[in-house]
Amino acid sequence: MSELPVLLEMRSITKEFPGVKALADVNLVVRAGEIHAICGENGAGKSTLMKVLSGVYPYGSYDGQIIYQGAETRFSDIRASEQAGIVIIHQELALIPHMSITENIFLGNEPRKHGAIDWKAANRLALDLMARVGLREDPDTLVKDIGVGKQQLVEIAKAFAKDVKLLILDEPTAALNEADSRHLLDLLRGFRSRGITSIMISHKLNEIEAIADQITILRDGRTVETLDVKADGVDEDRIVRGMVGRELHSRFPDHTPKIGEVFFEVRDWNVRHPISADRQVCKNESFVVRRGEIVGFAGLMGAGRTELAMSVFGRSYGVYESGTIIKDGKEIVLKTVADAIAHGLAYVSEDRKAIGLNLLDDIKASTVSAKLSKITRHGVLDEVAEYKAAEAYRRELRTKAPTVDESVSKLSGGNQQKVVLAKWMFTDPDLLILDEPTRGIDVGAKYEIYGIIQRLADQGKGVVVISSELPELIGLCDRIYTVFEGAITGEIARQDADPETLMKQMTSTKKMQTR
Amino acid sequence: MSRIKDLQKNLFGGTTSNARQFGMIFTLVAIVVLFQILTDGLTLRSDNLIALFNQNSYILILAIGMLMVIVAGHIDLSVGSIAAFTGILVAKSMAEWSLPWPVAILFGLAIGAIIGAWQGFWVAYVGVPAFIVTLAGMLLFRGGNQFIGNANTIAVPEGFRVIGSGFLPEVGPNTGYNNLTLLLGLAACVAVVWREFQARKTRRDMDAEPAPMWISVLRMAVMVGVIVFASLRFASGRVGTSFPVSGIILVALVLAYSFYTRNTAGGRHIYAVGGNSRAAELSGVKLKRVNFFVMMNMAVLAALAGMIFVARSAASGPQDGNGWELDAIAAVFIGGAAVSGGIGTISGSIVGGLVMAVLNNGLQLLGVGTDRVQIIKGLVLLLAVALDVYNKKQGKFSIIGSLTRSMRRETPAPPTAPPDADRETARTAVPS
Repeated sequence: MSELPVLLEMRSITKEFPGVKALADVNLVVRAGEIHAICGENGAGKSTLMKVLSGVYPYGSYDGQIIYQGAETRFSDIRASEQAGIVIIHQELALIPHMSITENIFLGNEPRKHGAIDWKAANRLALDLMARVGLREDPDTLVKDIGVGKQQLVEIAKAFAKDVKLLILDEPTAALNEADSRHLLDLLRGFRSRGITSIMISHKLNEIEAIADQITILRDGRTVETLDVKADGVDEDRIVRGMVGRELHSRFPDHTPKIGEVFFEVRDWNVRHPISADRQVCKNESFVVRRGEIVGFAGLMGAGRTELAMSVFGRSYGVYESGTIIKDGKEIVLKTVADAIAHGLAYVSEDRKAIGLNLLDDIKASTVSAKLSKITRHGVLDEVAEYKAAEAYRRELRTKAPTVDESVSKLSGGNQQKVVLAKWMFTDPDLLILDEPTRGIDVGAKYEIYGIIQRLADQGKGVVVISSELPELIGLCDRIYTVFEGAITGEIARQDADPETLMKQMTSTKKMQTR
Repeated sequence: MSRIKDLQKNLFGGTTSNARQFGMIFTLVAIVVLFQILTDGLTLRSDNLIALFNQNSYILILAIGMLMVIVAGHIDLSVGSIAAFTGILVAKSMAEWSLPWPVAILFGLAIGAIIGAWQGFWVAYVGVPAFIVTLAGMLLFRGGNQFIGNANTIAVPEGFRVIGSGFLPEVGPNTGYNNLTLLLGLAACVAVVWREFQARKTRRDMDAEPAPMWISVLRMAVMVGVIVFASLRFASGRVGTSFPVSGIILVALVLAYSFYTRNTAGGRHIYAVGGNSRAAELSGVKLKRVNFFVMMNMAVLAALAGMIFVARSAASGPQDGNGWELDAIAAVFIGGAAVSGGIGTISGSIVGGLVMAVLNNGLQLLGVGTDRVQIIKGLVLLLAVALDVYNKKQGKFSIIGSLTRSMRRETPAPPTAPPDADRETARTAVPS
């Protein structure tokens, strides 16, 4: 590939934040018409590098040079980089839910005629752009009414509307299901054949291996190496080695489960959708958890796993209809989250930024936030006890932060997740429900989180893991339930679990029992 | 770190002080000094200081409640009307139903609680935005005041006036000063010293290096100096005047609410709700209860402020409390609260309120008309918040950043290796 002309060169980029060197002397060479992947653990500096490139951090706030299309550029803001044809699509999509597809595509870039927006032209152009990204929808459909996979396509169409030359995708498939991911990757291949250059940041190494031409690996804010996928015969293990700086023997820590008695049981659980009352999101679901057991819930996006977990966790989702919860042989009624916490339940949400953490808090305050009573003496919060608890968890979970006074908003995803785990471990739960515990987290941190989950199980707690990554469930769980359209469709023991069997039951309503 | 920076960081940097608060304290000092010079020493004269407190204590009381409302992510536009509504009912209760004045005060607080429960119900349990509920309340209770009072003024009896225009009585030997005021000052000095040593102990318990001793001493010296100066001024006023009763109510409320917001679970829940209400809810915080409480609490404080005002002006009238909500909101934002909720302190709001109060007072002493005073106050509010927003955008100096920075230890605790049970993880973990 090296004969292709260089489109972009970032030379010895250094970016410092107060007290932290986020990027140190990073180099990146992207050739025209290739798919260039950037890999690295969380906190390695991938996003910072892209923010430098796209002008989020304007010229002058970093050291180094950016040479784009043969000339040095000095972007003052995102608009300037977009005018040069560099468009970044963030992990959190920047769409307005209550606007139509057309309106979103042309937001800030509306085709005008005599000063007014020319909706006829806009719709025509939108259809054209949608065809290019393979999106078949009525352009008047509101963005909130289409799935997240299609929303991603709208984002890309929006990039095309700006005449993109260099498309940057930050974790584009993180929230997508298998089919949507595949479609997106095919789309990127199509762009490559039409000469559009893409930079892709992803934690899904199999996708990178499948699609990228070049891979640049960052570690601790430095460039480790740039690999040519074909010439160097790169595979996943090779990438991982570059990212963590050594060979990773196994994705999962060795673990011998110590499974005890059934202590938690949900029976005939029925829940309705909070707004459309005729939609049932949990249909007669029943499951059990044993002490020391890690139980997985497999299912496609929208199968109702999160809804099940949250409705059990103090009815924090939906409208409860019927069903019982039995813990340690006794029926318990959990009407509020406070009840659930008091009965030893913990729920780690799938979206830690939106609903898992108060990003204004520091690590200390976050750690104790779900059980303030534990640090309260005679009605007064004990700051020293708070500090000591948070510090103990910081050390135990090896949260990478200078001190527990650090704001959680400054931590990387993996470390934020550790703070969330600490927050729930602090409540001394008997049952932990972990919803996508490793989403958006790099390989090394994932391994650590798996270790934490196993240790929790070994302490005799029950752990429920909801995950969209089948290898994760198979590698981690002692038993897996499959969920399809709000109903539990199967229960598979560890030794029988393989992706094909799981996938089959995740996509069929037929109830199967393989024990 | 240079000594100057050290000083800047530590002098006023308790664990809750933030950068804007720090800036506002200096602004406050600068404004006081400026007017002291411009008015030829009139600003810091005993009678003016006493008047300043008397005229502003009710706004500062409102600012306490408003801070909690704003931190929780709401706003309250109805406080002026609630104050007026309570004022007229309390005045009427004494004038026409001849309630004794202590009972009338309890009656007033109860009215505040009922109004607060009404507004809290709509905000917390029905989910109507507080802006709308309190906008409605503003109209409702203003109308209520005029309906009940027939748009007339009703005078209040002498006993009741103590809470608005009373002073600490003269007791003990004749020292040429008001003895109780001096005692109060002494108690404040002891409290300041005690707190400093408590703070040092807390930091040591957290394995952190406390600020250098000379900084602690300097900080205490400055605080004690200010307190001594203020006590002497308040104690040496015209005979019969001293530290006002309304000021005592204010100080008691500030101490109580600062403690509540900083040192109790209930207080922390308010910040949690304002910072991320969904996350708070999923952590077991009773969202509705918190929202109900802040709205109700605000109304009770508004009722109290209304009564103090009526007591000071000796009568309740139809125009009482006009525009108070805006003064209280301005104080809170100048004092460093975030518009989106989750950030702010009681002490910051009080400093913000004092900045506005001194500005008001100083300009009046200089004979500047109310028209120009309003223009200046508006610009000060805008500039104070704009400066902060600008600083945050530049990434040079953010409030949140400084807030956490001022608390951070200088030497980060080294990441320790986990116990050997963790060897499994250690094999492949990220080097920390």
